Amino acid sequence: MYNLIGAGLIVIGAGIGLGQIGGKAMEGIARQPEASGKIQTAMIIIGALLEGLAFGALILAG
Amino acid sequence: MINPTIMRNTLLFALLISLINVNSLFAVAGGSEEGGQINTKEEINEYIQHHLQDSHDFTFWTNGKTGSHIGFHLPVILWSDGLHVFSSGKFDYGHEVAESNGKYFTLYHGKVYETNADGEINLDEEGHATNAKPLDISITKNVVGMLLTSLLMFLGFISLAKGYNKRSIPKGIGRILEPLVIYVRDEIARPNIGSKYEKFIPYLLTVFFYIWILNLLGLTPLGFNVTGNIAVTVGLALITFFVTQFSGNKDYWKHIFWMPGVPIPMKIILMPIEVLGMFTKPFALLIRLFANITAGHVVVMSLIALIITMRSQFGIVASSSISFGLAFFITLIELLVAFLQAYIFTMLSALFIGMAVEEHH
Repeated sequence: MYNLIGAGLIVIGAGIGLGQIGGKAMEGIARQPEASGKIQTAMIIIGALLEGLAFGALILAG
Repeated sequence: MINPTIMRNTLLFALLISLINVNSLFAVAGGSEEGGQINTKEEINEYIQHHLQDSHDFTFWTNGKTGSHIGFHLPVILWSDGLHVFSSGKFDYGHEVAESNGKYFTLYHGKVYETNADGEINLDEEGHATNAKPLDISITKNVVGMLLTSLLMFLGFISLAKGYNKRSIPKGIGRILEPLVIYVRDEIARPNIGSKYEKFIPYLLTVFFYIWILNLLGLTPLGFNVTGNIAVTVGLALITFFVTQFSGNKDYWKHIFWMPGVPIPMKIILMPIEVLGMFTKPFALLIRLFANITAGHVVVMSLIALIITMRSQFGIVASSSISFGLAFFITLIELLVAFLQAYIFTMLSALFIGMAVEEHH
């Protein structure tokens, strides 16, 4: 039961984080479209790091 | 921006994959029809669990009605006071006790145990088998997948390399491989590792294509789940870990054990954190790949299993169309994930190696 609540909290946290990353990357691309390639790469890396953390926590929770 | 031909081919590929996948589960579902609604949920759960696990047989599908399996047996290689080699057909999918050189082995929940001639499995309170386990180095389904991938890569890249002797532009399969090789070199290795990138290109290319091809094989109805097996991802992450540590220069170790430019108490606090960081980086790498691929497989299989769960309400035609539509779109996303995970693994490996070989001023 508690691990399900924990899993929910993890997903909420990861969702907020991914939203921040995606949103900020969009803003960056809108400001400087010519840098979109670099911004995308950085976005994917940060997203992957966040995902690794979230998955690690989810496996511990499950 | 995206080439329409590529897009059409991707769509066709996904269509084909989901069609065959739906079809193969359909055969299973048709088999259990006699049983009616009994334990459908558990049956599906068991089916998905079975798919996620490694197996000693290569089974394409099982006829639930007759219990017959369509596929082929693989060699079992065990070490227990001597080498034991026999076909997994001797186990008969866990129904029989296999005898080899005076020892008896039984397949229990996909694992091989040493037993007496009757195949008796002793369980402890938690339901785990307490029998002795031989060292299992069998050619299992996952090993077949890895060998197949290695063979594909070997053939593809040898022909690509040989092609450059005759002409400067590759032909055939090389046309697909060359841009990817250049992409890994120019977009992943060079910006992340820096001037010493050439030494690490072979490793990065191998790991990229290995993971990518295995991920794609996992989407086909052959039923491989190699990159979704934690043992495989642990192996891959360990290689990255060792490559990073062994190529680390003096600055890298100095930054771990005695961080320059901070006060002494801070150095002492930072040391265990940095040492821990050495291990958490590859750990995150292995968990990410494993969890992503496993989750993808579970989602695809659950959507296909909708055929069975919705059949009583909507009828067979409607439930298969809904299931097919959903499976098709998830397969499209999974094609992207297959590439993305290979990319991320390679990218982060390059990043970690880059941190270790970086020159400080």
